[in-house]
Amino acid sequence: MALELQAVSRIVKGQMQISPTTLTLEKGTMNVLLGPTLSGKTSLMRLMAGLDVPSAGRLKWDGADVTGVRVQDRKVAMVYQQFINYPAMSVYDNIASPLRLLGKDKAEIDRAVRATAEMLKITAMLDRKPLELSGGQQQRCALARALVKEAGLVLLDEPLANLDYKLREELRAEIPRIFEESGAIFVYATTEPEEALLLGGNTATLWEGRVTQFGPTPTVYRQPADATTARVFSDPPMNFVSCFKEGHRMNFGGLANSPADGAFAALPDGRYTAGFRANHLHLNTHSGQTVEFRCLLGVTEITGSETFLHLTHGNDRWVGLVHGVHDLQPGTEVSVWLDPAHVYIFDAEGRLAAPAAYAAAA
Amino acid sequence: MAQITLSKLAHSYFPKPRGEQDFALKEMDHVWQDGGAYALLGSSGCGKTTLLNIISGLLKPSQGRVLFGDRDVTDAETSERNIAQVFQFPVVYDTMTVRDNLAFPLRNRGMDAAYIKARVNQIAAMIGMDAMLDRKARGLTADAKQKISLGRGMVREDVNAILFDEPLTVIDPHMKWELRTQLKQLHREFGHTMIYVTHDQTEALTFADKVVVMYDGRVVQMGTPEDLFERPAHTFVGYFIGSPGMNLLPADIRGDTAYVQGAPVPLGASYAPIAGKSQIGIRPEYAVLTRGDGLPITIRRVEDVGRHRIIRGEVAGTSVNVIAPEGMAVDTTLTHVRFTPDRINVYADDWRVEGGAA
Amino acid sequence: MDKTQNNKAWFLVLPVLVIVAFSAIIPLMTVVNYSVNDTFGNNEFFLVGLEWFEEMVTSSRLHEALGRQILFSAIILAIEVPLGIYIALNMPKKGFWASVCLVLMSLPLLIPFNVVGTIWQIFGRVDIGLLGHYLSKIGIDYNYTNDPLDAWITVIVMDVWHWTSLVALLCYAGLQSIPNAYYQAARVDQASRWSVFRYIELPKMAGVLLIAILLRFMDSFMIYTEPFVVTGGGPGNSTTFLSIDLVKMAIGQFDLGPAAAFSLMYFLVILLVSWVFYTVMTNLDKEEGK
Repeated sequence: MALELQAVSRIVKGQMQISPTTLTLEKGTMNVLLGPTLSGKTSLMRLMAGLDVPSAGRLKWDGADVTGVRVQDRKVAMVYQQFINYPAMSVYDNIASPLRLLGKDKAEIDRAVRATAEMLKITAMLDRKPLELSGGQQQRCALARALVKEAGLVLLDEPLANLDYKLREELRAEIPRIFEESGAIFVYATTEPEEALLLGGNTATLWEGRVTQFGPTPTVYRQPADATTARVFSDPPMNFVSCFKEGHRMNFGGLANSPADGAFAALPDGRYTAGFRANHLHLNTHSGQTVEFRCLLGVTEITGSETFLHLTHGNDRWVGLVHGVHDLQPGTEVSVWLDPAHVYIFDAEGRLAAPAAYAAAA
Repeated sequence: MAQITLSKLAHSYFPKPRGEQDFALKEMDHVWQDGGAYALLGSSGCGKTTLLNIISGLLKPSQGRVLFGDRDVTDAETSERNIAQVFQFPVVYDTMTVRDNLAFPLRNRGMDAAYIKARVNQIAAMIGMDAMLDRKARGLTADAKQKISLGRGMVREDVNAILFDEPLTVIDPHMKWELRTQLKQLHREFGHTMIYVTHDQTEALTFADKVVVMYDGRVVQMGTPEDLFERPAHTFVGYFIGSPGMNLLPADIRGDTAYVQGAPVPLGASYAPIAGKSQIGIRPEYAVLTRGDGLPITIRRVEDVGRHRIIRGEVAGTSVNVIAPEGMAVDTTLTHVRFTPDRINVYADDWRVEGGAA
Repeated sequence: MDKTQNNKAWFLVLPVLVIVAFSAIIPLMTVVNYSVNDTFGNNEFFLVGLEWFEEMVTSSRLHEALGRQILFSAIILAIEVPLGIYIALNMPKKGFWASVCLVLMSLPLLIPFNVVGTIWQIFGRVDIGLLGHYLSKIGIDYNYTNDPLDAWITVIVMDVWHWTSLVALLCYAGLQSIPNAYYQAARVDQASRWSVFRYIELPKMAGVLLIAILLRFMDSFMIYTEPFVVTGGGPGNSTTFLSIDLVKMAIGQFDLGPAAAFSLMYFLVILLVSWVFYTVMTNLDKEEGK
C-alpha cells in the first residue's frame, strides 16, 4: 500500500519544472516536502494529486498505474495555505460536503463529521459559519474536510503559513497525533526546517524542482547527502568555509585546523568545503571545541535565552547561535570555537565527502 | 527623530463605547525613547495594528494624545507626521524604476537632485539592489519588492519614526535572516526610532531593544528580550514568548518553597503568602530530567528539533515541556524533572510576584 | 504534452463550433457571395469579381461616412474616458452612498437603445422637448433637425449620457482592487494627488481601462440605433455614420453587392482594431507577469 512516483517529471514551456523524481510514500507515513518558495513543492503535490499530468514517468497507487486518472477519481484531499471553506455553509455542512458528494447516508455522515470535529477540537463551532471563526479555527475546519472522507492521500500545502506564530505552534503539535489517527499518506509542504523536524516522519528536500534527498527526517537533517540539502535544511543557514586536507591535518584557513582523524582520515588530500550549523559555534572553548576562528562581529540578535551572532570570516558570512545573552560590541573581532565532530566535508561538486562524526554516531 | 509619547491613549471602534470591553485598545501611558527599536508583539486581534495605525495617523484615537517630541500630533494627517512606513505586502510603484521608487519620497519633498542621487545610491547598496537600480519595479520577485519598500522607508534621514507592519510575512526563511540583519544594521547606523509590529516572537525579540507584548488591547509587559524571557510579568508573556512557552503549575507558595500537589519545589526567593490563584512558572530551558530528583513526570513524546530535543510530558496532571540538549538519550530511567530554583517565577492571579531574599 | 490525455476535450468544443458555424460563418459566407456577384433579381447572379470592392474603396460617399464615423468615435472617447475616470475617482468607496451611486450609474446602461434615442429625440425637440424648448427660450438657436452642428452635439451628448457610466463602472472596479496600503504609503511619501493618480491608480486601472476603451470604440464605431432614431442620419447626411449608410444602401436602395463589399470591409476594420487592442493588452499582461 503506497504511492509510487517512478521517474516522474514535468516540463512547462520547455522549462524543467520538476526533474525526474522517484519516491515511494508508504501508507501511514508523514512525508514533508521541504524547500524554499518556488522550489517545486506545490508542483510536485499537484502531480501527486493528479491535478497536473506528468510529462514523463508513471504514478502508481497500490501498484496500479494512476498516471492519467483524474483527480476526482482518486482518493485525494488537499489543504492549502489560504483557508478554503464554503463561506455560506455552516462548519458542519462544510465538513459533511465531501461525504454528501459520495452519497453516504445521513447517519454515517453525522457520525463521521462529529468524530472528525472532535479530533480537531471544533465540535463547539459546528453550527457557525467559517468566517465567524478565527484563522486557526478556519484552518481546522479545512483540515477536517480533508480528513473526513478518509482519503488515502492527504496533501497539505503550507497549511500553517497564514497563522499566527503561537497558533501555528499549537496546531503543529497536534498534526502528528491527527495523522497517526487517520492512517493515510500525509504529504506536508513547508519552507521551514524547524517545522519539518517537529513533524518528524520522512523529509524530501527540494531545490529548483529536484528532490535532493529523501529519508527519515532526523537522518536527512544530520546526514545530508550534499551541500544543497544541508543548506535547505538549516535555519539559520548553514555556514561554509573552504578547507584543505594535507596529511594528518585538516586546515580551515588561517590558524584554524584539526587532526584529520575519524571520518576525515579516509579523505584524499585536497581542497574541500566544510559546513557546520549555527548552533555548533561557541564563544568559548570546552573539551571538544578545538578549532578557533577569528571573525568580525556584525550585529547580534538576542532572543531572550540565546544570542545570534552575525559574523564575517574572510569572504564568508556566518551566523552563530550561542546560549545565554551576550551583549557584544558590533564591529569588534571575536573568537568563535567549533568542535570538528560537528563539521561536514563536501567535495568540489557539493557531495558529502565525510559526514560529521557526531551525526554518524547518533 | 523624536521621542513618542502616548498619553492616556485608548481606542474603540464603536462610536459610543459602553465599557472597557468595547475598547480595542485599553487606556495606556507610554514614552518611547528617541532612537529606540521597539517591537509590538501579540497575536491577531490584540490591538497592535490599531496602535500602529494611531501612531501613523491612519486612525484617530477615541481618547488621549500622541506626541512626537513636544508636538501634539493626535489630529495631524499622516503626511504631516513625517514618518516612514513599511507594509506587510510590498508596496512599490510598479511603473517606476527601482531608482525612482527609492527617490520618490525625497523628490516629493523637493530635495536637491545631487543629494537624492547620492542618498539613493547609498540606500540601494545597503539593501543590495544597486545592480538593479534602472530596472522597472514591475516583475521583480516579492523579496526584491519588499527590499525596495524597506529602502523607501529608510531613505529619508529626518523622519520621526519608521513603522514596520509585519514586513517579513511574504519573505522566505533564508531571506528573512538577511533582511532582519540589514534592518538591525540600518538601525545601528542611522539611529531612527523604529516600531515593528509582528506576531512572530523570533522577529520581535531579535529586532527590538524593547519588546511591547500586547494581549487583549493591553500592554502586558514592556521590556528587553531578556526580561521577557527570564521574568515574564504575566503568564501570557510566559506562554507567548519562548517555543515552547513557559510551563505553569498550580502550586501553594509557602516562603521559599512551592508545593505542587504536596510535593516541595525549592524556590530561589522567599514570597509573602498569596491569596487567590497561585502558580509557578518555569521555562522548558530550565527544566532537567533526572533519575529521581524533583517531581515525577510522565513522558508522552520526544521531539527532535535538530539543535535540541523537546520532551513533552505531564506533571501532576498538567502538561510540562522540557528542553534537552541535542543527542541526549531519553530512556525510561528518566522519571523525574527538576527545576532550577532561581529561574522559577511565582504568579498570583496570573501576574508575577517579586520575591524577597530567600 | 497534456493534449494526448485530453482528446476528449475536442468533443466538448464541437457543439460550440457547430453553433458558430451556423451563427457566424455561414451568414458571413452569404455576404461574401453577394460581394462578388451582381444580381437583377429572380435569383440570377453573375460574377463581377472585386468590382464592388473597387467601387466602395473609391466611393466618396463611403469616405465621408468613414470620416464622420472616426470623428464621432474620437470625440466620444475623448469625452467618455476622462470623464469616466474622473467620476470613478470621485465615487464613494464604500457604504450606503456607494450603492446609491452604483445604481444611478447603471440606469442608463439598462435602457434599450431605441428608447434612449426616443428619449433624446423628444427631449431635444424645440416644440415639446424639455431641453429644446428651454434652450430656445433662453435665446439659444438650437434645432437638431435643421442645424448639422446641433445634430452632432445632440448625438454626442446622448452617447456620453448613455455610455460614460460603463467606463466609470469598469474603472471603479479597477480602483476597488487597490489595497489601502498603497494610499497609506503615498501619504507617508507625501505624494501629490497627481502622483497618486499617475503612479498608483492609473497603472492599476490600465487593464480595465483598455477593455473599456475597446468596448466603447467598437460600440461607437458600429453605432446605429440611437442616431437613427434621433436624426435619421440628417440633416442632409451630416450624422450618417457607417452603419446608417450601410442600411440605407442595402435596404433603402437594395444595392446588395456594394453593401456586401462595404460590410465586409467594415468588419475587417473592426477586426483589425480589436486585434491591435488585444495585442497591446496581452503585452501589457506579459510585462505584468514578468
